[in-house]
Amino acid sequence: MTGPGKPYVRKVPSGRDGMWASAGPPLARLDIELTERCNNDCVHCSVNLPAGDAAARAREWPAASWKGLLGEAAELGCLVVRLTGGEPLVREDFEEIYLHARRLGMRVMLFTNATLVTERLARLFRDVPPLEAVEVSVYGMAAETYEAVTRAPGSFAAFRRGLGLLGDQGVPFVVKGAVLPSTRREMDELEAWSARITGSPARPSSAMLFDLRSRRDGAKNPLIAGLRIGGDEFVRIARRHGEAAVDEWRDFCARSGGPRGDRLFTCLASGGSASVDPYGRLQYCLGLRHPDTVTDLAAGSLREAVTGFLPRVRAMRSTNPAYLERCGRCFLKGLCEQCPAKSWAEYGTLDTPVEYFCGVAHAQAIAAGLLEPGEKAWAVVDGKERVERVERRRGS
Amino acid sequence: MSMKIDLGRVYGPSEDVVVREIEGEIVIVPLVSGIGDLEDELFTLNETGRAIWSRIDGRRPLAAVVRELAGEYNAPDGIIQEDVVGLLQELLDRRMIVDRG
Repeated sequence: MTGPGKPYVRKVPSGRDGMWASAGPPLARLDIELTERCNNDCVHCSVNLPAGDAAARAREWPAASWKGLLGEAAELGCLVVRLTGGEPLVREDFEEIYLHARRLGMRVMLFTNATLVTERLARLFRDVPPLEAVEVSVYGMAAETYEAVTRAPGSFAAFRRGLGLLGDQGVPFVVKGAVLPSTRREMDELEAWSARITGSPARPSSAMLFDLRSRRDGAKNPLIAGLRIGGDEFVRIARRHGEAAVDEWRDFCARSGGPRGDRLFTCLASGGSASVDPYGRLQYCLGLRHPDTVTDLAAGSLREAVTGFLPRVRAMRSTNPAYLERCGRCFLKGLCEQCPAKSWAEYGTLDTPVEYFCGVAHAQAIAAGLLEPGEKAWAVVDGKERVERVERRRGS
Repeated sequence: MSMKIDLGRVYGPSEDVVVREIEGEIVIVPLVSGIGDLEDELFTLNETGRAIWSRIDGRRPLAAVVRELAGEYNAPDGIIQEDVVGLLQELLDRRMIVDRG
């Protein structure tokens, strides 16, 4: 025997750093949007269709198709599948799809509002655990605030009942908030409650910078845009617990490498993940629905899509002068949410600078001492030197 | 009290786990609760573990596995036996293998 002896078995907890001696499998994670339908009608949501939308339901892939795709994903080495929506639990075949993924040896990340969790499902998660904490979106700490967001009477009680069922069965879960006009005053309460029910001191994440509709069905966009907070408010909220977040922003800028240049997909440099919409169309991420970046899996295999199509998407470059002048030269890449998916949702292009996210990133940079008020980040000739100078000054 | 590994018995993978080979690694994924200490753990095997695992097929007694490995690696049975029993005891304690008789 040539091996190093004990310990023979190594535990690999969530996070998986250092799991692979190689670069990792071609597909490490697959995001599946099982449905765009949802039993809530949240004011800020960039996806949801009504739960009873018969046309959407008729177009959705059946369980057999998802099971076939999961099998292909397993052959590509996929270890993690995220099941999301819409609300994935509106699908009557959710349990069948979930169990298939687990029997293939995948961990399952479930994004849910918990309102449709039943005793049977909670027991299933107890007996066949997803191996990832269930991620539950929370839209308020009281029926009045919660249902002002979900616009679904009775949804608060259903959410609390669902969460209680998970808790009764010892199913690990985390909660996630959303900073909206009705919930903004409840952030402290949400954090204290989260610590109490999850037993973890980790503060729940809260969505703040809402995306517009990724299908570009724009009737709801003015409502979503009206719910967005500005950069100064974002900074104020981030500073609620001290300067750690601001210090982290400087670190992001220091570690994020040089400006984008003409690259579009800076967040996907290493590949390894893919997303599929409810109708079997593969894309890099669930928000990126530009026709040039989507391929129909009915026309080819998952392997072809992951190893052929996605690398071609990743290699796409911008020729938009505004993008090249601004985003291409900006040293705030690590802070800004600019990406092809956001550009697509806002403007229907892959490479238009998104003014909203640009404004937020500039507010963050001013708070972090990286920019003076009124200064434009793309006008800073040497961003790396700027970050180092600020960090030196802070160190001294 | 945990069961002890017996070289005369046959062991095979448990139905409580899913065993996958990905990028040359053997990855053991719990299917049911209670396999790991935490509910989010996967398990991999070291090089010795991988060599042994590939022969744990639920068909032959463990002593035959030891003899086969000793021949392949040109090593004394006692050294091989220590590794085989060490790994299988760990796997049995974790319910990743079962005694098939």
